[in-house]
Amino acid sequence: MVGKLLLRGMLVGLVAGILAFAFARVYGEPQVDKAIAFEEQQAQAAGEAPEPEMVSRATQAGIGLATGVLVYGAALGGLFSLVFAYAYGRLGSLGPRSTSALLALLGFLAVIVVPSLKYPANPPAVGNPETIAYRTELFFIMIVISIAAMVAAVGLAQRLWSRLGAWNASIVAGLAFLVVFALVKAALPDINEVPENFSATVLWQFRVASLGIQLVLWAVVGLGFGAAAERVVAARDQRGPARRYA
Amino acid sequence: MSDTTFAPTYGPVAIPVRELLPWAIFAGLMLMLAIYFVGAEEGATSLIRGTAVHEFVHDGRHLLGFPCH
Repeated sequence: MVGKLLLRGMLVGLVAGILAFAFARVYGEPQVDKAIAFEEQQAQAAGEAPEPEMVSRATQAGIGLATGVLVYGAALGGLFSLVFAYAYGRLGSLGPRSTSALLALLGFLAVIVVPSLKYPANPPAVGNPETIAYRTELFFIMIVISIAAMVAAVGLAQRLWSRLGAWNASIVAGLAFLVVFALVKAALPDINEVPENFSATVLWQFRVASLGIQLVLWAVVGLGFGAAAERVVAARDQRGPARRYA
Repeated sequence: MSDTTFAPTYGPVAIPVRELLPWAIFAGLMLMLAIYFVGAEEGATSLIRGTAVHEFVHDGRHLLGFPCH
């Protein structure tokens, strides 16, 4: 059962990765190229020798990008299927497709949107190599806190469900999540390493493209996995003759 | 949160935790290791010497939102 779900999750994630790769090629790569051109221009102006290319740009933007996004997609789909395997049947009477869509929405918010509001994606040329350890640490701390807050918020909503009803319980839990986020956002240190004359347009478009890649991944996983999991879980669920999933 | 408004034998059936746990631990670790190689290897920490992995997945790492350089 779990194995079947895991396999399907990884396959759906792979498909999501292929689509996200296409999206990244069209909307992301132009911004990466512009950022690298800026980086080289800065190095030249400072009289530094150009960095030797270990891996050509064509490889980085082609097979390298594809490998990164596909591996990430398959891993995301697999992890998603494990979370689904736990959540399914534990979120009221939600059927497989609703459970999958809801988990993807909450996951996208907790893992991507909220952390990126504090530590957004950065193109090449933005970021001091000496602070990479510090920035990586903060980035993952932010994600862990955000996921923990989301799990707690879902638990809170479930506890309040019978007393307040579905809508009010969800609103209260959502507000509690926002309060935690506001506190954490204020408590963790800010990072701004954007060079002074870096193009604001390139930075904005890069960040939108980055968010778009994640949106493609999570939307395809959330909607695709629900469809793929339906048959697997239906074998186990006992449904009445006319009963459909919520 | 069981489905109390319908007959209890109908509706989604949760997978017991003891059935899920081995999968969650082993597959979960492998999958997170895969994300680590795409997102963070040869950045803040390094399991393999050099910068080949970093350079190869460079664009994906930036575009997926991981800190890079």
